[in-house]
Amino acid sequence: MDEIKIKHYGDELYQAWLTRSTVAPLLAREPDITIEDAYQIQLRMIERRVAAGETIVGKKIGVTSKPVQDFLGVYQPDFGQLTSGMVYQEGEDIDLSQLIQPKAEAELAFVLKADLIGPGITAMDVIRATDYVAPCFEIVDSRITDWKIKIQDTVADNASCGVYVIGNTRGDPRLLDITLAGMVLEKNGELHSTAAGAAVQGSPANAVAWLANTLGVLGIPFRAGEVILSGSQSVLVPVVDGDVLECTVGGLGSCRVKFTGRSAV
Amino acid sequence: MSLNLTLTREDIVRLCERVEGAQRRAYAIPKLTDEYPSMTIDDGYAVQHELRRRYIARGARLTGWKAGLTSRAKMLQMGVHVPSIGFLLADMARPENSAIKTSDMVHPRVECEVAFVTKKTLKGPNCTRQEVLEATDYVLPAVEIIDSRFSGFKFDLPSVIADNGSSARYVAGGRARYAADIDLRTLGVVMEKNGEIIAVGASAAVLGHPAEAIAMLVNILAEQGEQLAAGSFVMSGGITEAIPVKPGDSIIARFQELGSVSMRFIE
Repeated sequence: MDEIKIKHYGDELYQAWLTRSTVAPLLAREPDITIEDAYQIQLRMIERRVAAGETIVGKKIGVTSKPVQDFLGVYQPDFGQLTSGMVYQEGEDIDLSQLIQPKAEAELAFVLKADLIGPGITAMDVIRATDYVAPCFEIVDSRITDWKIKIQDTVADNASCGVYVIGNTRGDPRLLDITLAGMVLEKNGELHSTAAGAAVQGSPANAVAWLANTLGVLGIPFRAGEVILSGSQSVLVPVVDGDVLECTVGGLGSCRVKFTGRSAV
Repeated sequence: MSLNLTLTREDIVRLCERVEGAQRRAYAIPKLTDEYPSMTIDDGYAVQHELRRRYIARGARLTGWKAGLTSRAKMLQMGVHVPSIGFLLADMARPENSAIKTSDMVHPRVECEVAFVTKKTLKGPNCTRQEVLEATDYVLPAVEIIDSRFSGFKFDLPSVIADNGSSARYVAGGRARYAADIDLRTLGVVMEKNGEIIAVGASAAVLGHPAEAIAMLVNILAEQGEQLAAGSFVMSGGITEAIPVKPGDSIIARFQELGSVSMRFIE
């Protein structure tokens, strides 16, 4: 795909994000688009957000669970960039009017205290470079009409990232079994679903190692202080005005979020 | 409390013999409600009671009980609103890391569970989670091998109760813990078959907290005029979905804080 098209689609997705509207699936319009092209489109979309005043604060990993990989027919994760405008603090209500067709995912977040420069990074390096882990919610959103995404569409659309909340509880991954830690998700006070860390690439640390190695190959920086959302341990939960979600990671603690307002779709 | 029984003593014995034959010789039978459509849950427990009486009369030792259909997903799947219970015998137990025969089962499936060992008698009705925790000696991880004797694993609540809640074998092991030392609600569980992760979950999947399932079990026992003896081994119900196994399969269930339980299956 040539640079003009990459810029075109990156700008189109940026405008869709800015105006809370959706666009037709890219792959339907450009059948030859590759995953590499899609990352170039993502970079353009993010470049526009940074030019408008946001900063890069971390990365998110997507397509980490077997059901999602089976659905997309892709047997590796993807990633998107987290920007300063996506951050909510625990305790703040999440304003759905800023989003288009949001769904929540319960995850484990990592915060780095050292750079992780791949290739050659293993899960042990990830634990060594981790300042702390915390329970979190990522509110995914899609700028693609009706979530009709293939892997190229979601990669181009910044891995369908919307906003996120990191729980105030922090844990040391040296003191916690992040692979076997249970994940209990409750919606409006009722049990919604359960999982464990291993749902993400066998262990969330494996997903972060994959990310470090992938970023290393692409020459994208992965620095101390960055936040990594390591991939969903739950099913996608559609959310509406008034919903309250709480996720609890066994041995660590919980993150609670409330949603207000109406999303665009 | 009066029981809602529709079966005659003769019917109960007849159905018990049918279930016992299917259990002992490992063959599938149609669900009992095909012949007795008005059969109730209490009728199911009456057949199960007769089944237990016969096994024990022949020298089997009662080791404890199991709660079944305790996850919301399973209850929805079955279209039922109440879980079920079944009894456990010493000859259903298999050691950790052992080879388990499948030729004496119909269509075995495995599920990961938190098990409780009690040190005090528990009585219903109105048994609570707190009473269960106070009466618990220790908890440990377990894998239950269920095996419905009904064709295609298709049954309704009265039939599955008569078939002793599909109980077949169980393997307990891992690491024993005091219930007070761990958060029993958020324990993560990973089940691997032949080295591949096939199911994950957390213990809250069982009625919000596994001790709730034990309290429920004690209350069902009370309805049938029984209590849970001190020293009982009680499985609280599957955290993960039930996974079919066949000869050659190897299973490892890994539990947060409780270690792991493994076994393999042979002809």
